[in-house]
Amino acid sequence: MILKAGARLRSTVCSTEIIVVKAPSGDVSITCGGAAMGDPASTEAVAAGSPAPGTGTAMGKRYVNADGALEVLCTKPGAGPLACDGDELGLKEAKPLPASD
Amino acid sequence: MNILMLLEMAADGFGERVAVGPLEGGLTYHDLRVRVGAGAAAIAEAGVERVAFVDIASEAFPLALYAAAWAGVPIAPLNYRLAPDQLADQLAQLAPVLVIAGDAYLDVVKSARPAVVMSRYEWLQACHRGHDVEAPAALMDPDDEAVLLFTSGTTAAPKIAVLRHRHISSYVLGSVEYMGAMEDEATLVCVPPYHIAGVANTVSNTYAGRRIVQLPDFTPERWLETANWEGVTNAMVVPTMLARIVETMRAHPGEYSVPSLRSIAYGGSKMPVTVIEHALELFPETGFVNAYGLTETSSTIAVLGPDDHRTALVSTDPAIRARLGSAGLPLPGVEIEIRDELGALLPIGESGEIHIRAEQVSGEYRGRASAVQGDGWLPTKDRGHLDADGYLFVEGRNDDLIIRGGENTSPAEIEDVLMRHDAVEEAAVVGLPDVEWGERIAAVVVVRDGHEVTSDELRAFVKQHLRSSKAPDVVEFRAELPYTDTGKLLRRVVRAELLGEA
Repeated sequence: MILKAGARLRSTVCSTEIIVVKAPSGDVSITCGGAAMGDPASTEAVAAGSPAPGTGTAMGKRYVNADGALEVLCTKPGAGPLACDGDELGLKEAKPLPASD
Repeated sequence: MNILMLLEMAADGFGERVAVGPLEGGLTYHDLRVRVGAGAAAIAEAGVERVAFVDIASEAFPLALYAAAWAGVPIAPLNYRLAPDQLADQLAQLAPVLVIAGDAYLDVVKSARPAVVMSRYEWLQACHRGHDVEAPAALMDPDDEAVLLFTSGTTAAPKIAVLRHRHISSYVLGSVEYMGAMEDEATLVCVPPYHIAGVANTVSNTYAGRRIVQLPDFTPERWLETANWEGVTNAMVVPTMLARIVETMRAHPGEYSVPSLRSIAYGGSKMPVTVIEHALELFPETGFVNAYGLTETSSTIAVLGPDDHRTALVSTDPAIRARLGSAGLPLPGVEIEIRDELGALLPIGESGEIHIRAEQVSGEYRGRASAVQGDGWLPTKDRGHLDADGYLFVEGRNDDLIIRGGENTSPAEIEDVLMRHDAVEEAAVVGLPDVEWGERIAAVVVVRDGHEVTSDELRAFVKQHLRSSKAPDVVEFRAELPYTDTGKLLRRVVRAELLGEA
């Protein structure tokens, strides 16, 4: 699908929900747990799956693809994993910053 | 992404934490979301295109900020201290508008005849009405207008800066960790809602999960007492406030301390180095954070952190020591360049106009072409330089630069030296027209209580620390200097008064 920044997607196999922060220009396939993600307006919410230790999507974390063209924010946690065109998304590590306001 | 999403995530992840108000009886993130839904319904019912907020900070502000986002209209927090005709003019520019106004401002607001007026009480009641309204599931366009801020107009007539949802969210996502605050953290806020920091702190503390304690009527005593009483861990102040806190603590040794305080962030205008030096001594356990940003950049773009402050304070290396007066390093995703008046990149150490590029940069004013150039860079009209490690030094507004006999001097450079004199409490330096030199340098000084100093002594003091061409041609004494409500020095007023135009 063609993604747009601000688009919200829901997993069809676990409780994960994401919002697209940065969208790649071309047509991509975003999956969660191996299944295509859907529009939250038309996709039934699924109860939380239990992720294997060390995996799973975490609330408030950002995930990126290898070239950084796709960035998503996890708005509801779940079992995951998130992938783009078959490649698993990586956690975007952020250096902690002091509160400035 | 829409800023409402930040509140939804807070309510989902830590809904039982207090978002705003006292620990006992404050509004939790869950309550906030429920009430915002009801408030949004009231806004939608009014059928307006914008919301204006004319009041001091209270829980009504975060409710209004998120409810406007939910209703899909922008909110314009206005300066409640404006003269009635100025306020009426700003409201007219926002029509058709729903105005939420504090009791003290209701008469003035009503006389401007906006579409709908609600008192603070009526607004809070409206937010109480609904129960569990569903947030709109449809895609909220990140490109929609979120917040409209009138510039303070220190140099020209106020313009309306437009911040879209994508600007503010990208600032928050880039600089704040979701639920990054510990459960006991509380921040003390004294900037008004119409200041960009008042908007930014609402959303960033929501996302971090840090309780907001509002102190709309700042006095140093009240600030120190509230910080203690509320167990405040973080605070945000403008430099004039920190200067007054420092003065009060120094005048009453041993009387005040805030042991819970872990961090003080300051910004909004230039901090005199002497004030920050004293503050570091008075709060030895507290981390200091200098944040530099503009309304047009959705708040902070560069930060000097706690370690930088302490390292600079004890360093014997002049280059590192100087960083106490710097704005630190750019936030992740923010690029900074210094360019000359023709747009050419300047080498490290040279002063020029600060240019910024980042997702959070808006640079947009209502009814005008964007200030962001084709290459994505925003010229800030602020003057500054970068050091070898990328630390940003802000020297003041470009327009304030004094050109005397072909030599460029930024007022801050001379003000910093004057403030180092024991007898000087405040100093303002401006350029005045001069037939021989193009401009001559004038200083206006407020003398510290119980001290005396002459104009010649101060001129000699500057000569000794800078060079003679930078010594003020004139030094005048005044009982106080003119500032905006948020601590920006009104140089235009200082200059006009010296020229006998005031």
